[in-house]
This record gives sequence, C-alpha cells and structure tokens, in this order.
Amino acid sequence: MRAGIVGYGVYIPIYRIKIAEIAKVWGGRTGGLGLEEKSVAGPDEDTATMAVEATRNALARAQVDPKDIGAVYVGTESPPYAVKPAATIVAEAIGATPETTAADWEFACKAGTAAVQACMGLVLSGVIKYGVAVGADNAQCRPGDALEYTAAAGAASYIIGKEEEALAIIEGTYSYTTDTPDFWRREGKPYPAHGGRFTGRPAYFKHIISAAEGLMRKFDLSVDDFDYAVFHQPNAKFPLEAAKELGLPKEKVLPGLVVGKIGNTYSASSMMGLAAVLDKAEAGQRILMVSYGSGAGSDAFSLLVTERIKEKRNLAPTVEHYLNRRVLIDYGTYSKLKYLVAE
Amino acid sequence: MRKVAVIGVGMTKFGELWHASFRDLMIEAGVRALEDAGIGGDDIQAAYVGNMSAGRFIQQEHVGALIADYSGLAPIPCTRVEAACASGGLALRQAWMDVASGLHDIVIAAGIEKMTDVLAGAAIETLATAADQEWEAFVGATFPSLYALMARRHMYEFGTTEEQMAAVAVKNHNFANMNPYAQYHIQVTVEKVLKSPPVAKPLKLLDCSPISDGAACVVLAPAEQSRKYTDTPVLIEGSGHATDTLGLHGRKSLVGLEATVRASREAYKMAGIEPSDVHVAEVHDCFTIAEIMAIEDLGFCKKGEGGKFTEEGQTNLGGKVVVNPSGGLKGKGHPVGATGVAQVVEIVHQLREEAGKRQMEGAEIGLTHNVGGTGATVVVHIFRRMT
Repeated sequence: MRAGIVGYGVYIPIYRIKIAEIAKVWGGRTGGLGLEEKSVAGPDEDTATMAVEATRNALARAQVDPKDIGAVYVGTESPPYAVKPAATIVAEAIGATPETTAADWEFACKAGTAAVQACMGLVLSGVIKYGVAVGADNAQCRPGDALEYTAAAGAASYIIGKEEEALAIIEGTYSYTTDTPDFWRREGKPYPAHGGRFTGRPAYFKHIISAAEGLMRKFDLSVDDFDYAVFHQPNAKFPLEAAKELGLPKEKVLPGLVVGKIGNTYSASSMMGLAAVLDKAEAGQRILMVSYGSGAGSDAFSLLVTERIKEKRNLAPTVEHYLNRRVLIDYGTYSKLKYLVAE
Repeated sequence: MRKVAVIGVGMTKFGELWHASFRDLMIEAGVRALEDAGIGGDDIQAAYVGNMSAGRFIQQEHVGALIADYSGLAPIPCTRVEAACASGGLALRQAWMDVASGLHDIVIAAGIEKMTDVLAGAAIETLATAADQEWEAFVGATFPSLYALMARRHMYEFGTTEEQMAAVAVKNHNFANMNPYAQYHIQVTVEKVLKSPPVAKPLKLLDCSPISDGAACVVLAPAEQSRKYTDTPVLIEGSGHATDTLGLHGRKSLVGLEATVRASREAYKMAGIEPSDVHVAEVHDCFTIAEIMAIEDLGFCKKGEGGKFTEEGQTNLGGKVVVNPSGGLKGKGHPVGATGVAQVVEIVHQLREEAGKRQMEGAEIGLTHNVGGTGATVVVHIFRRMT
C-alpha cells in the first residue's frame, strides 16, 4: 500500500513588488537571481490566513469530508504567534475540529514536506484517514538585506490519503539531513541571518543533490524516469544549476519554476512548484520533487500522476490563476504592508 | 648575531575552507612544517604567530596561548604578532631575531587567518581597521578605494594602463593554476580582468586579492645546526622592517611605498646583495597595482616602469626576476595573517627546487615582501640556498 495526494491547493497574495523597485531604493543589483517580482501579503493576511486559503482549495479538489481529516499540520517559519499554533486556525476554518490533531512544524523552508512525510506515516499505519500538510510563509527579512530581494508570501496545501484515491501516488520518499548552520533566526530576533555564500554549495546544493541521488538509488530510478523535476526555489538560478548537476534538462524544471514571478515563498516554495506541475501533468507521468530547509535538510519524493488528475485539476484555482492575479505596489506601500503593519 | 636557516616549511591549502576551524588550520600547517623539518613538538623552544584579527573574525583573542595549548606545545613561549596584513612577515622577523640572538635554537614562525566565518561586509570592515580609523575608515575608505587612489596617481604620472595591471592578474592566476595550495584554479585573461565588475575604479574584481582562510608555518634553526635536520637548509640572509604614516594622506608620494624602499634597502645591505641579484620574489600583490609598485620600490625596475616591465614578461618565468610564482595573494589567496609566512614557504620551495611546473630554474636568492595596510608596515626578507 502506498500513500498519495488526494487534493492540493495554493494561495498567493495579490500584491507584487518589482525586484527593480527594491534595488532602486537600496542601490542593490537585480541581476543574477532571475527574479522579476515577488508577492507581498496584504494588510489582513498572514501565514495562517494564507494556509487556510490554500487548504480550502485543496479540499475543493479532494472532495473529502473535513471530519475525516485526522491531522492538520502547518509547516512555516513565520507563524503569526510564537506560541499558539497556526494549525488550529486552519483546522477550525476548514471544519476538521475537534476530533483531529494539529501542530505547527518548523524546519526552515522544508517544514511542509516534513509534514507530508508525517501524514504519509499516519495514513499508511491506519491511524488517520486523511492528513493535511501545509507549507506557508510570509517570509521575513531585514530591510535592505539580500533576503529582501526574494522573501515572498504564499501557501501550498496537500491532503494526503491512500493511493486508491490519489491524483498522484507518492512512490517513495528519501531525506538527507545534517547540522549545517546556513540560515537561522535566534529567539527574540525579528529577522533571520544567513551565511552568505555558505548558503550555496555546502547547504542548498549538497542537500538537494544528495537527496535526489539518494531517492533514485533507493528506488532504482534514474533521471530519465522523471518527466518533471521540482526543487526548492530560493531564486531561479539554484534549481537550474542543481538540475544541470543531476543531468536533468532544464525543460523538465521550467514548468514548476514559479519563483521568477512570485519570489521565494519559503515553506511553500517547492510545494508551490509541485502544484504548478500537477496543474499540467498527464496521467502516468512521474515527478521528482526535492525540498530544502536551512539548518539543513532535503526531502525527496517520487510522484506518479494518476488518471484522477483530469477530474480534480479544475475544481480549484490553478497556480497560473494566482500568478496572473496581481496588483503592483511601490516600495512605500510594500514597506507599510511588510514592516509597519507587522509591528 | 648568529646566522639563521629555515629547516622546514608547511602550509594548508588556501581558500573558503568551511570544513576547517582556526585551530584545525594551524595544526595542519604546523604538522606539515614539522614533518618537513623531521622534528617533533618536543624540539620546539618558542613560537611566533602572525594573526591580524582573530578577535573580529572568530571572536577569539589570546591566540598565542591557544595555539601553544591546542598544538600540545605549551608551556613554551608563544607570541602573537600583529601588523595587519604584514603580521606573518613580522612574526618571521621576531622568530629570526630570537634564533639570531641565541636565546633559542629551534623556533617556529607561523601565520594564520580564518576570514570566511563572517560575511563579506564584516570581513571588509575588519580589514579596514588596518587603515587609519579616525581619518580613513570612519569616513568610508576601504582598502580597494585607497589602492585605487594610488593606481590613479600611478596612471597619471607614468601612463600605467589598466591592461598592464591586468597583466599582473593574468600572470599570477597562471602561476596559481600550477600551485595545488592555491585558492583559485581558473583561467584569467586580460579581457576577463578588464570586463570584471568594478570595485573601486580603476580596480576591478580581478584586480583584487580574495578573502581567504589558511595557515602557514616555517621552522628556524641556527645555520650551523641546520644540516642536522635537512640537506637543503635555506639561509635568512637579510631582514628589513620599516613603518610609515598609517594614513595614505600623510605620504609624500602616492605612487610607491616608502616603507618598501627602506625595509628592502636594509635587507639588501644585510645580505650584501643588489636588487638585480634576486632571482625569485614573493611580493605583496593585494591589488594588481600593489605588485607594480612593489617591483619598482624593491628596485627590480625603475619607478614608473613596473607596468611595462610586467607586460614585457620580465616578472614571469624566463624574465629578469620571477615574481609571485606561488600565484601571489591574487591567485593563491590572502588569509591576511598567514600571507607573510606562506610567501616564505614558496621561496623555500623555489630555492630547494621543489616548485614543480612553476619552478624558476637555478634560483639561489629569493625575497619576500609583506605589506600591512597601505604600506604603514613593510617587512622584507632575503633568502639564499645554503651551499
């Protein structure tokens, strides 16, 4: 028996700021990262509201009774409360309470995929029928820091159940984890810190590539077996570089590469990319998905798309829908939304 | 004073060494030097360690004791020497004085810097502490900008070109490609240098030395005892050390370093040689213009002709004097406290004819030139193969 995705949904706030607008204010350079715009949460939005929106979309596709959802997990590094879960807000909003478990998960940008693995375990062991795993962030950054050029807002939600009901079967998962301090936020500090160049080679690339290779080794797969590949996308450059090193043509990566238009949605990043691929993929196609969380670790998944994708796909707004739904704002408005409202 | 010889050398690879700590680097370089000299820790009587700013780079002061402790050398005296980027060269001079005076026989001179544990901005700020804080750093001057001023003046007075500066980078990166310990193994052309991003005009990215981690270590002994340890001792024939105004604005001239002239003349006099006697030199090319000024100030060519001299290949293999065969600070890397000692490692390899593809054939006299700041400290040493 295998677990699978029975429903998926995303949410991206309507506001966008051009990266060039940020560069204009801080005198930085925009080149090299491959980003045009990034999403900005509105005045009444935060990680919890975005997680709710995405999960409602996932439920619309799954068409399951919310009372059958036995676990609601929200993976995030920007919960509205330091103590008090965002997951209970989501569970309540979708009608899964009170006979369910809920918790927030933290593992930088890969907490959402760690929650997917936990849901797989609970489903496969028969403890629950369905589990919800959300990756959601309203990413924090110090004004003017390099992170400000990419830190964005968004959510992606996955309902995990048994393979018979799945629109995509999770054929296998493999994780690669080490203690690598490339990016962190200490308790009580408002903004995260990062190790500059250290975030590349010994952090992102080492974990993404090792996890992808480990998955293929463990399940006897090769890069040719995959029709699509989705990697955590902190910028548009890293995923393409990782693909190149793994021997994957960029045509397999581009369909899921949405970072250029919305920025890095942190915990939602790779899950958003996967949703963009599910919006397009055909039955029988295989997807490689590898998340990355600083600190550091990667979860790799091999997913096989089933016939159900056709009937499910159009039951909720696509990633494309949200990408096109946009209102551009200037740095002043952005500053009010991102920094002043948050205080 | 007794004659002093180098009986062993060792260094780590230079680079962005995320896997190795300050302590790891020092031990690695030290063990290599001891193995090269064929001695054990019990033979060492004193140590001098060049280090610019462990306090700011890794929040660790008191590194003399740390190194003695961590290497198992305690309770021997271990002294940290600081003179910004000339810390390593000055540590060697202290070690040389110690042996020459007869106080100790077997003495270590080492240098180390661990710079990449902080972000580039913090590293640049730390390096800027080697400039005059009140008159330079506080008003925003960084080393690239100060050397850019010198480069502009050199271009104005002598017609030195950006292409000539680029020729320094091309030569040194080419040498670095032959040095397994170098930070960079990349192909650099004049065109690539000219097209690299501007840092402080006219200096571009490929005119600048990098931020690096690394350590180097050499073992000194009285010359008369040196044959006990090695068949190929290298004599320290001359040592010179001079200081100048800390700030660049106090100098009489911007197109050269007076301290280089003074330190080198002192060293030449002690060694009884002329500049033209030097076969191979490791000079402080923190920026390409710095090498051009160095070869002029050291007397390898006339003032103002360093650019042309370089462009003609006179500082390359087959030229009048081989300059920076290790790759220099530019290509080998520049862990500031280690640089002055790593220069000695290369010169010793050259004089022992162990430098592989980058070997200058028949090299008998070598020179090291180590600069702190914009030339407020300069240390020059002259070496000769012992016959």
